[in-house]
Amino acid sequence: MPRPLEPVGQSTRITLGISFFILFFAAWAFATLGGFVSRTFLADPITMMQDGWLLLTRFGFLGDIGVTVWRVVGGFILAAIIAVPIGILMGAYKSFEAFLEPFVSFARYLPASAFVPLLILWAGIGEMQKLLVIFIGSVFQIILMVAVAVGNTRRDLVEAAYTLGSKDQGVVKRVLIPANAPEIAEILRLVLGWAWTYVIVAELIGSSSGIGHMIIDSQALLATGQMIFGIIIIGIIGLISDFLFKALNRSLFPWRLA
Amino acid sequence: MTNAILQIDNVSRVFPGVRGGAPVRALEPTSLRVEQNDFITILGPSGCGKSTLLRIVAGLDRPSGGRVLLNGREIKGPGADRGMVFQSYTLFPWLTIAENIAYGLREKGVPKSERRDIVASYTEKVGLRGFENHYPKQLSGGMQQRTAIARALANDPAILLLDEPFGALDNQTRGLMQELLLGIWERERKTVLFVTHDIEEAIFLASRVIVMTARPGRIKADISVELPHPRHYTMKTTPEFSSLKAQLTEEIRHEAIEADVAR
Ligand SMILES: Nc1ncnc2c1ncn2[C@@H]1O[C@H](COP(=O)(O)OP(=O)(O)OP(=O)(O)O)[C@@H](O)[C@H]1O
Ligand SMILES: [Mg+2]
Repeated sequence: MPRPLEPVGQSTRITLGISFFILFFAAWAFATLGGFVSRTFLADPITMMQDGWLLLTRFGFLGDIGVTVWRVVGGFILAAIIAVPIGILMGAYKSFEAFLEPFVSFARYLPASAFVPLLILWAGIGEMQKLLVIFIGSVFQIILMVAVAVGNTRRDLVEAAYTLGSKDQGVVKRVLIPANAPEIAEILRLVLGWAWTYVIVAELIGSSSGIGHMIIDSQALLATGQMIFGIIIIGIIGLISDFLFKALNRSLFPWRLA
Repeated sequence: MTNAILQIDNVSRVFPGVRGGAPVRALEPTSLRVEQNDFITILGPSGCGKSTLLRIVAGLDRPSGGRVLLNGREIKGPGADRGMVFQSYTLFPWLTIAENIAYGLREKGVPKSERRDIVASYTEKVGLRGFENHYPKQLSGGMQQRTAIARALANDPAILLLDEPFGALDNQTRGLMQELLLGIWERERKTVLFVTHDIEEAIFLASRVIVMTARPGRIKADISVELPHPRHYTMKTTPEFSSLKAQLTEEIRHEAIEADVAR
């Protein structure tokens, strides 16, 4: 019997993780191939794979994937470049926080997807509009979370820095930022995950390329296999980016694990 | 009146009441003169304002009244001229041991090669050779506090402030650390202000022991310790040491009872 908080070994962990995927696909195959669910509504895994192969080889789906990835990464990087410094300043300087925090907290709850029609009016249906959806969806979240992280920096570390001769700027640059860098990286990883949901919404409306556009096209053809393939691809890309982010964080911040 | 390096003039501290409660008088007006090369230990029961006094000297807290002069100049805020070692472990976790010790030097803009030499010498003095590239997490509590002492000393402060730096260590380690600190002081003749609630520690290290009263804190006794240097841990069993200990125990006991009644 497993006991609370008892760690499991690396190989057990991987085996268990994979076995749920197998279980999931088995249940899906059973429901569809066994004839319990109409194929009009839910394609079986085999059809899904065939449709997916067709998409990749015949319909240039790789291009759609590339476009979507670029939109997410582009909008996200834009948001991060602006939000991280603002968040750090808000965490460090309380007056700046008092100035911006109420607005950012409010803006955070504006749903990015609701901006899509408005953004089409403002920016047309080009790439700019897609990037802006991601940007709006991410920027306020990052600002707020980074500000909280920086604001919670251990006071005694800051005091130690002052007694060692740091000035205010030195404290921000050489204490607040390095102390919170791993947490900021973790915040970015989290928000990048959310950015994926916004891009699809942006692509469902007024778009001629991207994974979301393919899904909408497939809906018209009742090609559920293709739609599911698209959704699964998003999941896989998310998994990969998450993994890369984690690996990067581990190598950037060895002191965290030391 | 000659070479007082630190002069505490009627310093008091009142903390505002919490949630409409009565304000807390943590420190009654307190005066103290610290001479060059003094090793002063401040002894007092828990909550008597020892940390408060030390933080005011460090510039991390402002006095409600009075002032502190360092080399004749009033203290307005924290600075590199007063090195501080805290009771909690305050090494920067993202820096290695060597980088931690070098922190103050870097802030001062000391060139790299010089920095390396100073760091090497202090790593040696606190017995951490071979751990330069470890992160604080990889070190024991005693080693972390030794690093913290080295980090403060590397900055060459005019005065070293220590707030129960060995409070969280076991007895053996604590004894070793006391000898290490005393050895450094005997060699380098630093001026030290050391807060503790351990009577033996207070006597063993000090050239002067300041006893504080229970809250609100006030200086009750100022006892100079004439034991010869260099001191060795065996000194703790000599009659002179024991009689000092008996005297201080009596002073402190009274205060602890008062503090208990007040609570
Ligand atoms: N920031 C604060 N706000 C309100 N009251 C405080 C604050 N800091 C300290 N005090 C009060 O001041 C008094 C003295 O605190 P201080 O930390 O100086 O005691 P101490 O002598 O260092 O005790 P210990 O030996 O337990 O560390 C305490 O009664 C405490 O409640
Ligand atoms: Mg204290």
